[in-house]
Amino acid sequence: MVTAIERKIRVLVAKPGLDGHDRGAKVIARALRDAGMEVIYTGLHQTPEMIAEAALQEDVDAVGLSILSGAHMALFPRVLAELHKRGMDDVLVCAGGIIPPDDVEPVRQMGIKGVFGPGTPMDEVVTFIRANVRPEGHA
Amino acid sequence: MTRTPTAEPGPAPAVADLATRVLAGDRLALTRAITRVENRRREAAALLQALTPHTGHAYLLGITGPPGGGKSTLTTALVTLLRARGDTVAIIAVDPTSALSGGALLGDRIRMLEFYDDPGVFIRSMASRGVLGGLSATTGDVARVLDAFGFDWVIIETVGVGQGEVAVAGLADTTLLIEVPGLGDDVQAIKAGVLEVADILVINKADKEGATKLATTLRGMLSLAHTPGWSPPIVQTVAATGQGVPELLAAIANHRGYLEHSGARTDRTRARLRAEVLDRAQELLTARLLGLMDGDAGFTAALAQLVARERDPASVAADLVARLAP
Repeated sequence: MVTAIERKIRVLVAKPGLDGHDRGAKVIARALRDAGMEVIYTGLHQTPEMIAEAALQEDVDAVGLSILSGAHMALFPRVLAELHKRGMDDVLVCAGGIIPPDDVEPVRQMGIKGVFGPGTPMDEVVTFIRANVRPEGHA
Repeated sequence: MTRTPTAEPGPAPAVADLATRVLAGDRLALTRAITRVENRRREAAALLQALTPHTGHAYLLGITGPPGGGKSTLTTALVTLLRARGDTVAIIAVDPTSALSGGALLGDRIRMLEFYDDPGVFIRSMASRGVLGGLSATTGDVARVLDAFGFDWVIIETVGVGQGEVAVAGLADTTLLIEVPGLGDDVQAIKAGVLEVADILVINKADKEGATKLATTLRGMLSLAHTPGWSPPIVQTVAATGQGVPELLAAIANHRGYLEHSGARTDRTRARLRAEVLDRAQELLTARLLGLMDGDAGFTAALAQLVARERDPASVAADLVARLAP
């Protein structure tokens, strides 16, 4: 029985590329759920097209990319390009997993606003997403 | 590569524009319209009003059953056949919201990934957001938006065991109830009375031991039920291999034909709309009642009387409702 529903942040958690380790992605998905978010989990081996299309259909506020394969410099720009193609430029894109220190700044520069390495406290991720998602009423 | 903002920031475009874009087949507008409707924002009312005259084309199919029963896999198998004949399909996959955190983990897409590059398929996950019965309060409205967009089918998939499953039947033209062998479903079905809501019974994972026995049990129970005009068929499927799925599609077509020829579809639509109005009216009333209760001096005094056992809740409720009058 609710008339005005409080804002629910919707997040897509996806694993682009070929590595088969989704433990981290599952942990973050659960943590975001426990923080009150609606988490759409799409699992392993997602192409940039699949991620962007899921982000569109689910109208998520944020996309979390988990990557351990080392292919982030190749895959992240393609994810961003596919989102752009669909008009989803207002989506907050974050990344976690193994991203070497030298790559962090270039990754941020390309438009991945949050970059979280191993051992990042979950609270930090939650707080970052809450603070950086698009305002409500996006069109 | 830099990301260039397109529509943001700035004032949100008018609702009329959003509705126009939805009707013109703009998928970005569609997904954002759904969000507005789901979040019950003020502009949602105007949006629904603009879209409603364009609804009525889509056939609403409800799919419900126990967790792990193969609903998503069966949905995928059905969608594959529907796409092969050129029908477009939208899927609403509803999963429960965690009562503790208010969050939800929505994982049904995982089993429907193969349609990601098919513009004739649109999948939206919804959390139940605190509503019992397997549906969110806004599922009907979201289905309305997808209908207006022009999908031939809107499939509503909900987890359900027990009476909660009834909710989807109130929304769909045809409701499939999925049972699987080996879950003790024969007892469950009697206990919860869920058979009444099923237009078609599906025994999925029919290659597993106990499928024949389950079919016999269900057939026995169906023979006791009074369903004027339509006897729910039992269809056995193995969703993972596609076995029995063409037969299931044929059963759905039969039921659709029955609804249309008998006039039952109109009756159902009327009953559904009546129920939706009642739901929404109750929500509006609840909001007004809460407005009369929260921070109200009179109610605070009444509450003290209740605690002191000088009054009973029913009489206080009657007073409260009396104050609602215009």
